[in-house]
Amino acid sequence: MRAAVVTFPGSNCDRDMAMALEAVTGKPAIRLWHADAELPDGLDFIALPGGFSYGDYLRSGAMAAKSPIMREVAAAAARGVPVLGVCNGFQVLTEAGLLPGALLRNAGQTFICRTVALTVENSQSLFSARYEAGATIRIPIAHHDGNYYADAGTLDRLEGEGRVVFRYAEGCNGSARDIAGILNPAGNVLGMMPHPERAIEAAHGGTDGRALFESALGALASA
Amino acid sequence: MKVRVFVSLKPGVLDPQGRAVHHALEGLGFAGVEDVRVGRLIELDVAEGTDDAALDAMCQKLLANTVIENYRIEKV
Repeated sequence: MRAAVVTFPGSNCDRDMAMALEAVTGKPAIRLWHADAELPDGLDFIALPGGFSYGDYLRSGAMAAKSPIMREVAAAAARGVPVLGVCNGFQVLTEAGLLPGALLRNAGQTFICRTVALTVENSQSLFSARYEAGATIRIPIAHHDGNYYADAGTLDRLEGEGRVVFRYAEGCNGSARDIAGILNPAGNVLGMMPHPERAIEAAHGGTDGRALFESALGALASA
Repeated sequence: MKVRVFVSLKPGVLDPQGRAVHHALEGLGFAGVEDVRVGRLIELDVAEGTDDAALDAMCQKLLANTVIENYRIEKV
C-alpha cells in the first residue's frame, strides 16, 4: 500500500493530507514534489492537496496543472491509479483536463471557511463505498474559487453517469446543481472542494471524512 | 514582437467580480452602467515571426481556460 501526496509551491494542506493517509493506511505517506518528473514505482493512490499552488497565478490550479509531475499523474490516472484532488487539488484536476468543468469565484465573492453538510449522491464509487447512499455528512470547506461550472450537457452527463459523488446539502458557493465533488468517466479520479482530510479524528470536530479514505484505501491497506 | 492577449469570461458565465465592480460604480453615482465584466490582459514579447498557430496554442494550453473563457489575440 503506497499512498502519495504531491506538494506544489503554495500547497498548504499537504501535511494534513499525508496525516490522513497515514491514519488510514498505517504507513507514512510518500511525499512528492511538483518538479518531480517521475513517480515512484507501484503507487496505489495519489492525492493532490489544497492550498494556493503558484499563488493562484493566472487561474487557481492553472500553473500546477502544467507542472512536470502532473504529466505523470495524468499517466497514472490513465492506468487506473486512484487520484484524489481536494480543493486546490480539484482545481488542478479540472485545469489539467482530468475532470470536466471549472471552478469559478464563489458566487457571493467571499472566501468561505466553515463546515458544511454534504449529501452522498453516489455510494458505489471507489471513494464513497463506505458511506450510506443519501447520507448527510459534515465536512469543512475553505475556498474562494469553489463555484463549480460546466455547460448543461456536461452537467447532465455527470448526473446521468452517477459521477456526482457529493452535493452541497445547503446553499454554499453558487456551484451548478450544488455539485461538491465529481468523478472522471472511469471512476478513479475524484475532485472535490470540501476537505475530508480535515475530518479524520474526533479532535478535528468530526470524523465524516474518514470513510472516504477508508473506501479508497481500505481494500488496498492490507496489500 | 509585442502581442496582447485579452481573456474574458464567456457570455453566460457568472462574473461575481464584475458584478461587485458594477455595484461599486453605482455606489459612486455613475448612472447608466448596464453591465461590467472583468477580464485579463496578458502582454507577450515574442520572437519576430512567431506564427499565429503558436500564439493560438499558447492561449489554448495555458493563457485561457476555454471551458469558461474566450480569448482574443492582438499584435501590437
